[in-house]
Amino acid sequence: MTTKTTRTDQLIEQVRDSRVWRSVFRSGSGNSTLHRALAIQQNVFLHLFSAKVRKRMVSFSATWYLGTLTLGTFLILVVTGILLMLYYHPSVPQAYADMKDLQFVVSSGLFLRNLHRWSAQLMVFLVFAHMFKVFYRGAYRTPREFNWVIGIVLLLITLLLSYTGYLLPWDQLAFWAITVGSNISSAVPIVGSKIHFLLLGGNQVNANALLRFYVLHCVVLPLTAIVFIAIHFWRIRKDGGLYVQQSEPRPASPVVSAPVAPLPAKEAK
Amino acid sequence: MSTPKDFIAGVDSDQRRSPTRVVFVTRRTSAQVKVAREDEMQTYPGVLFRAALAIELLAILLVVVSLFFNAPLEGIADPTHTPNPAKAPWYFLGLQELLHYFPPVVAGVLVPTMLIVSLIVIPYFNINIEAQGLFLKDRTRRLNIFYSATAGLILFLVFFHVYVAIAPSIIVAIAMLIGANSTLQSPSRWRRYLASKPFAYWIMTWFLFELIVLTAVGTWFRGPGWSWVLPWRS
Repeated sequence: MTTKTTRTDQLIEQVRDSRVWRSVFRSGSGNSTLHRALAIQQNVFLHLFSAKVRKRMVSFSATWYLGTLTLGTFLILVVTGILLMLYYHPSVPQAYADMKDLQFVVSSGLFLRNLHRWSAQLMVFLVFAHMFKVFYRGAYRTPREFNWVIGIVLLLITLLLSYTGYLLPWDQLAFWAITVGSNISSAVPIVGSKIHFLLLGGNQVNANALLRFYVLHCVVLPLTAIVFIAIHFWRIRKDGGLYVQQSEPRPASPVVSAPVAPLPAKEAK
Repeated sequence: MSTPKDFIAGVDSDQRRSPTRVVFVTRRTSAQVKVAREDEMQTYPGVLFRAALAIELLAILLVVVSLFFNAPLEGIADPTHTPNPAKAPWYFLGLQELLHYFPPVVAGVLVPTMLIVSLIVIPYFNINIEAQGLFLKDRTRRLNIFYSATAGLILFLVFFHVYVAIAPSIIVAIAMLIGANSTLQSPSRWRRYLASKPFAYWIMTWFLFELIVLTAVGTWFRGPGWSWVLPWRS
């Protein structure tokens, strides 16, 4: 730590102490524990997290940062997805022409699509990896059961997001992958063909299906995902922070006992 | 208050942690605190900084990958021209592989539904709570059940010609057998590890192995008409 305060530091302090800054970030300047706790507690997004984390949980081996990285892919997907929406029309055959435009006409269009595609694949992989890591650590146990269930919901949302996005390029790969996948829904007993029709807006993959998948992919599913991600994070705090293995009774772990007044000899057994 | 108290008062003397905590201990209960005290770290800025760093490294990796590898794009969708084989996205290829052996209502509806339901209920059954090794208690009976279940599973897989699912089952079964024949006092760290693993661990590990193998087979080893192909021969 440097004790020398530079002009820049002073300027930053001045800005942080200014009336306008304080009206936005109420915790104000200062490096005390209280200020740092307030920085979390008084921010609408950050207050989802607890103000303190056990040091051991921040180490790489505890979580492999899989949840954080999943959030990272999600953020990249939101940003690249919004940019891709600027160049995309969910109609036949314009959708495919837009792909070609992205490839050959739009500046960095190909890069944008690559980034979206690979992030999406990685997100599916990371969600699975996160699930298995949580299971093998036993981190789903009481009181974290419900957060595990929310995690399963998020797994399904991720798969649906990826699946609906798969159709949007409107190439052979997209068309037949969705045909194969959606045919499975016809196998549901009794209501199978109804579900199939509802999903595609027709009896086979066509322009209606493209529009439906577009709406699901760009509006319905991302909003649902954001809500569940928020609950998922908030529940970590409410369920007592990230799971620590040694907080469970374990014979080998060092146990700290509260000092207790010794029992009178008469009553001790 | 004339009645004698049913408890003895003790005081936690660590003021830093609990300046005013008074512990009341009734008879026949232990006052042992089973939570190890440990160092904590402020979320702002330490943890947030690390999270941001992790996400930025990820972003750099993805940007590099995206610069060198292009996302696939085939010809425009043509409903009259079916590619052979028509494949689902890679994360569904495990299920598509199962569709090859079982009717759609089983592989496409029953199996996924059962998977999701069993994943959801995991924490609500007392699975893995004690995390005790599967064969440490009631060994003979559990071994008998294990032998019959494994034999039944493999016969089932052979009957439906699901040969690709047999290898992972056998690998997990062998690991379980090594675990069953090891103790927690074993000199080998690997055997101590296997011996300590509970039932839920084995089920999940079997599921993980099957998931990987079925997805890999569906992705790389299936060609026209869902026939077996070797990826390096094409």
